[in-house]
Amino acid sequence: MLEIKNLHATVDGKEILKGLDLHIRAGEVHAIMGPNGSGKSTLSYVLAGRPGYEVTEGSVTYKGRDLLALEPEERAGEGIFLAFQYPVEIPGVASTTFLKHALNAVLRHRGQEELDAMAFVKMLRAKTKELGIADDMLKRPVNVGYSGGEKKRNEMLQMAVLEPTLAVLDETDSGLDIDALKVVSDGVNALRAPDRSMLVITHYQRLLDYIVPDYVHVLAGGRIVRSGGKELAHELEEKGYAEFADAAA
Amino acid sequence: MADPRTLHTTKHIVDRYAAIAGTLPGGDLPWLVGRREAGIERFRDFGLPTRRREEWKYTNLEELRRVPFEPAKPVVNGISTGTLPTLIGAEHRLVFVNGHLRQDLCAICMPPDGATITSLGKALETMPEMVEAHLGVARGDEDAPFTALNDAFLTDGLFLHLKPGVDLGSVIEVIHVSVGQSGPVFQHPRNLIVAEAGSHATVLEHYIGFGQSPTLANAATEVVIGEGAGVRHCKVQAEAPEAFHIAMLDAHLAKNASFDSFYFASGAKLSRNEIRVTLDGEGADCRLFGAYMMKDRQHADHTTFIDHAKPHTTSREVYKGVLDDKARAVFQGLILVRPDAQNIEGHQLNRTLLLSDGAEIDAKPELKIFADDVKCSHGATAGELDEEALFYLRARGIPEDEARGLLVEAFLREVIDGIAMAGLREPLSDRVARWMGTRPALSGGAA
Repeated sequence: MLEIKNLHATVDGKEILKGLDLHIRAGEVHAIMGPNGSGKSTLSYVLAGRPGYEVTEGSVTYKGRDLLALEPEERAGEGIFLAFQYPVEIPGVASTTFLKHALNAVLRHRGQEELDAMAFVKMLRAKTKELGIADDMLKRPVNVGYSGGEKKRNEMLQMAVLEPTLAVLDETDSGLDIDALKVVSDGVNALRAPDRSMLVITHYQRLLDYIVPDYVHVLAGGRIVRSGGKELAHELEEKGYAEFADAAA
Repeated sequence: MADPRTLHTTKHIVDRYAAIAGTLPGGDLPWLVGRREAGIERFRDFGLPTRRREEWKYTNLEELRRVPFEPAKPVVNGISTGTLPTLIGAEHRLVFVNGHLRQDLCAICMPPDGATITSLGKALETMPEMVEAHLGVARGDEDAPFTALNDAFLTDGLFLHLKPGVDLGSVIEVIHVSVGQSGPVFQHPRNLIVAEAGSHATVLEHYIGFGQSPTLANAATEVVIGEGAGVRHCKVQAEAPEAFHIAMLDAHLAKNASFDSFYFASGAKLSRNEIRVTLDGEGADCRLFGAYMMKDRQHADHTTFIDHAKPHTTSREVYKGVLDDKARAVFQGLILVRPDAQNIEGHQLNRTLLLSDGAEIDAKPELKIFADDVKCSHGATAGELDEEALFYLRARGIPEDEARGLLVEAFLREVIDGIAMAGLREPLSDRVARWMGTRPALSGGAA
């Protein structure tokens, strides 16, 4: 599904990723944990294709294709979804309008038929119900005036609507209370499927109690410095990231 | 005195007037002939404005000056009701081509008692005393070179008169077409709207054009709003790429009167739309909204003047523009609060979205306040599209052009959603989307 080899990336001329390797197979859930400043968010933005994040070395292959050659919208069309740590507010664009444009663009890319207004509303209503999202929220402009929990729920809704094959969740747990965390995790777990992979990026182990990963990696100093099973998350919770400080230096 | 550099052009225009003065309507009305003569004299004194004149500092008429315009003649063919780009299904429609009424394209439904909907040219024939009583009233002592010129060449336009208490209840669409077929032509449309006490009217002015030759529409609209009356005015300027468009709207409001103005522009090579509002009675209120989109080397000037002449008057103004390529826009907004005009509220906002490095806005908000119990504000911003928002949309699969379009629409939505004439919101949103999507000229017969 996703094969990252020796990835180096810079932001504003500063090297953040320094030779990252990662291999995710279809259906797997991988967690990346690490201290602040280790490059977690940079990795997620590089995968989504954010301008300003420059890859200087290495490769990212996704479904056998060179991911780095694709525009952000093409990556979304190919099934990559980044749940933003800080979802962006877009005044003047209603959430429903946004979702419709996004879904139809992705369907076009995938060579599928676009949904008409009726079918779209029906589909959306089903998804919002699952995620406990009030219809009222969708009439408002994207993320404008949403609470932290609403923003994250909205990310999960977008993910449910766009049905990605690789979902990257960037600190989806930040700013969430336990109830919201549970709703969001249920949303993620509902999407787990044999042909869908996930990369869960988090600072805290807490989220991984709800979204149980197959593999856990420690990112420090721009590289994966340790990999293991889900028990690694608990070990990190107890010992902290101190032992990886050297790697970060 | 006229600027020496423009003397030649000024003389050319004055000569054109002399040549056709005898053929202009109302030749048998001494007061009108007097107005024309006074108008051309004032224009001769003013001359064509140059950038040395403060109010024309940001708009250069050099290109216009070099065009040898001839007075536009009537065009009798080439346009039919089927090809007219009407914006809404208005009950009443008046069409003027090159400044001349095209009766065959007009449709006036039965207006309510006390409402007169006709053309100014016809009104000069059938009710000249009524025109005489109201023409020039809204303008007061204010003068300007192009309005003086309009006085001289005044030919035709809308004449609307509402007796006290009459609610028109339906929309009047006035379409002014500029046709540049064989050589450059100018025309001077004049619209006169008189809403007596307690009456209500909604008028849409729509300017379009086609042809390869340059055209100049020098339009003047006067709106006289009596006590407690309300006028909603929308103007859409979608002239051809070779067109010049210069317009002045004067509105005079009595006690408790209201004036709601919306200006939407995407056309013309060079345009200047000037609005002057006098709030001349307690409780008078005006709202001036504007949205414009310019590209290539288009130049669009928006100049407004709100005169809070009496206490307890309110105004609100929002102008938003989108500029691409090497387009330039001007926003000059002056709010004047006269001495003793207490309890005033006046708010003004100008925001510009620059889609390219070559685009430019000159914003000059200005408050002149001579009273002390006043709540006034103004703000002007210019910025680029929000890159974070753009990436967010693209990360959801929306192609870059479509994402830009969504953001531009969102930017203009505030003003478009505020249009009092609700039926215009969708057609104008469509125009924004089309402007962003395919970038064709939205002007002309294809609009």
